Amino acid sequence: MTAKHNILTRVRTALGSQGEAAGRREVVEARLSGAPRGIVPQRGQLPRNERIDLFRAQAESVNATVETVGDYSELPHSVSRYLRERNLPAAIRMGDDARLGAADWLSERTLEILKGPTDGSDMAGLSHAFAAVAETGTLALTAGGDNPTTLNFLPEYHIVVIHADDVEGDMESIWDRVRTRFGKGEMSRVVNFVTGPSRSGDIEQKILLGAHGPRALHIVVVDPAKDR
Amino acid sequence: MTGAQETNGSPPHVGLFVTCLVDLFRPSVGFASLKLLENAGCKVDVPNAQTCCGQPAYNSGDRKDTRAIAEQVIEAFEAFDYVVAPSGSCASMLRKHYPGLFDGDPKWQARAQSFAAKCHELVSFLTDVMGVSSVDARLEASVTYHDSCSGLRELGVKAQPRALLASMNGIQLKEMGDSEVCCGFGGTFCVKYPDISNHIVGKKTANIEAAETDLLLAGDMGCLMNMAGKLRRQGAATEVRHVAEVLAGLTDTPPIAGRAK
Amino acid sequence: MQLTSHKFKSHVSKALVDAQLQKALGNVEKGFIDKRAKAAGALPEFESLRDNAKAIKDHTLANLDLYLETYEARVTAAGGTVHWAETAADARNIVLDICKRRGARTVTKGKSMITEEIGLNDFLSQHDIEPVETDLGEYIIQLRGEHPSHIIAPAVHLNKDQVEGDFRRVHTHLPEFRDLTEPTALLSEAREVLRQRYFEADVGITGANFLVAETGSSVIVTNEGNGDLTQTLGKVHVVVASIEKIVPTLEDTSQILRVLARSATGQDMSVYTTFSTGPKRPDDPDGPEEYHVILLDNGRSSMLGTEYQDMLRCIRCGACMNHCPVYHAVGGHAYGSVYPGPMGAVLTPSLNGIDKAGHLPNASTFCGRCEAVCPMRIPLPKMMRHWREQEFEKHLSARASRYGLGLWAFFARRPKLYRAAVSLAMPLLSRLAGKRHRLGALPLAGGWTDHRDLPAPEGPTFMQQYRKHQASHRP
Repeated sequence: MTAKHNILTRVRTALGSQGEAAGRREVVEARLSGAPRGIVPQRGQLPRNERIDLFRAQAESVNATVETVGDYSELPHSVSRYLRERNLPAAIRMGDDARLGAADWLSERTLEILKGPTDGSDMAGLSHAFAAVAETGTLALTAGGDNPTTLNFLPEYHIVVIHADDVEGDMESIWDRVRTRFGKGEMSRVVNFVTGPSRSGDIEQKILLGAHGPRALHIVVVDPAKDR
Repeated sequence: MTGAQETNGSPPHVGLFVTCLVDLFRPSVGFASLKLLENAGCKVDVPNAQTCCGQPAYNSGDRKDTRAIAEQVIEAFEAFDYVVAPSGSCASMLRKHYPGLFDGDPKWQARAQSFAAKCHELVSFLTDVMGVSSVDARLEASVTYHDSCSGLRELGVKAQPRALLASMNGIQLKEMGDSEVCCGFGGTFCVKYPDISNHIVGKKTANIEAAETDLLLAGDMGCLMNMAGKLRRQGAATEVRHVAEVLAGLTDTPPIAGRAK
Repeated sequence: MQLTSHKFKSHVSKALVDAQLQKALGNVEKGFIDKRAKAAGALPEFESLRDNAKAIKDHTLANLDLYLETYEARVTAAGGTVHWAETAADARNIVLDICKRRGARTVTKGKSMITEEIGLNDFLSQHDIEPVETDLGEYIIQLRGEHPSHIIAPAVHLNKDQVEGDFRRVHTHLPEFRDLTEPTALLSEAREVLRQRYFEADVGITGANFLVAETGSSVIVTNEGNGDLTQTLGKVHVVVASIEKIVPTLEDTSQILRVLARSATGQDMSVYTTFSTGPKRPDDPDGPEEYHVILLDNGRSSMLGTEYQDMLRCIRCGACMNHCPVYHAVGGHAYGSVYPGPMGAVLTPSLNGIDKAGHLPNASTFCGRCEAVCPMRIPLPKMMRHWREQEFEKHLSARASRYGLGLWAFFARRPKLYRAAVSLAMPLLSRLAGKRHRLGALPLAGGWTDHRDLPAPEGPTFMQQYRKHQASHRP
């Protein structure tokens, strides 16, 4: 514990505040509990449908592909078609997310359904996003058995389902949802914000897709009001 | 010249801070500054007790000498309504950096602050303070303009010289690539690290030549001497002048570092 | 790495004539600058976000002790362990202890400048633990035995042919006919080789872009996904981060994220922004069994409360070096320090001493472009000047320049004497130049005239002419 003591003592001496100045503690507590939002760009502050359109446009601008379905029941067919169009094996790995599980996957007879985390041998993974950010076309995924983290990074093709009602304007709104879901000051083990497929510019600053994570990111928006 | 302003009926009294490089190397710029200021309706004086703004010492870490020089400048100039310098770099030294030299000395700091508020770079003073929007000068030439760093980034000098040049007859402004990138002068930098400085000015002269203009203009003698010296050494065709000479219509003198041929 | 900043000038001489390097540096000058300008320009709130990002960090630094304590409590509550390290050596030893306890043979690493700062790779190798860099750029330079030449683009000094050569040298499984001429082929090759290494690794080490006090989370921002694989697949995740990485809340992190990627690569968001909180949980099929954070001081606390405190706002985006004419000319290795460019010129003397890094804050034209683009509004030129002042006060600057400066200041402080001297000298110099109005060479002016002509004075000084003019016009 001496290292901690020494570092904190040096910090306090440098800040010119020996011991606990009550005033400072109050300010810090207030910031931690109030978590002020700061400046939230106007870009994402849109009515529902326009917000979903912005999300789609932003995601596509960073090389994700996006399709919209009206209901979860359409997922098996949509996934199956995606794999077929890319000449990928008819197999998909996913977690225990009830929203994904509720679809009738047996309807796609040739599609193999694999459950649980991946060991890296799967070509395609399917996840359900916790929420999304329209401002930047970003998906937010949380960890757990429902949607294993390894599915976000190991398969070459990542298909992510997002419900249209979960598309928020900004990242700050995701934190509101996180606090509602996990409790104030608590977090899912990881929150992965994903903005497009993996890429690297490390060789001659040329952007190439598919560095270590997925080469392709496909987003399926479930929007019951899609024919608006 | 349009837009001349007067304060309380009497013309504003301007102290011209000539700058050491103009004083020593390019008196023409001093006379051009006088003419531009007087045409704008200013009463101009040039105090004797001026040498340099102190930047060489300041940027070499010599705070003591810098402060002594700053005190000297403030004493010589603080009685004027305005202090104007034909250099963004020197004007910024007076305006942005002098007050900080007197940290811990409230009396001098207050003096430096009220002094600093009066200090301006020549061209932006003409447009922004005196309201000048055009000059009565003529030059049949194509020109390109280099934005010197201190003027651009510390004082916001960018549109002002271009606006006044655009008001002239015969002149054609062609922007070079990367006009906002440093020319590599950097005061003592250019002699402390001559090879890097040379590399940077080489890129600058390539951009200048690619603009294919008759003249290169800028508002700072340091940068101008650096770029002119390099252009002449390379045998380039572009000639070099301080923007004040052109705006004042005083272009009979040979350009900086002489003619191209 | 061994600090070689004292050899800056000889590094520079080599760098300026290295045609391959100069070509690679062109990528920095063009690519990064345009992309940042475009991304910043597309967000109307960008400038006010910069102000707010600065304010958040200033507030955090002013209460750093309290936020550090909160952070530690939250990490512990989430099942993680916080280790405090005063020095680089302390941090290295903590990493080694964790590795030894787990019997680790290999560790994977996400890209992190802090582990470069503490020289972790060499240290682990000396203790028979193999560090494997997984960021493509870091992997390439590790194969070459080099250090990063840029804080976000470590291999920016190389071209694809060099990378192909390195892969062929090290990846001996590669058949000769395999075409590696295109960057995509190189990327696939690295992906294949490294994929196996993630699974073999016992420990995954990452840095952190932020540490969130509110939740005890560490945040990494990457584009490749290697950082996530490093911290997800290793049995143990070790985060090494310096104490100033703390931010109060998730909202504060989001504010700074909006300026980070835009300033660094010109992206609105990097591909992967990951908030990690503690080890694997009972309902979690993935993730590390252990989660450790090493909070490193290594000189930061001694910057607090000094003229260098503003440097602690730095979020390592690299915008300062991307916009630096000196960096563009010489590249990152010339600086001879872990951190190159303007931010390195300020930070390196703080970490290693101004006596060892004197060239760095001097090798700047003070063009101010770094400060103009710094998302955290760090006054980099001002702090470089502070270092020059310390150097001057400690009599560390070169003797010749001190004498020259002293002589100049002697005259500059005595206007009458100055006037007399220059009134003689300038007309003389002017006559020397004659009708060419320039001088090709001049004693003691080699620094100038080796590369360019010296414009000659027009003749008598302005003051001489002006006084004469006044005398003849006096009524």
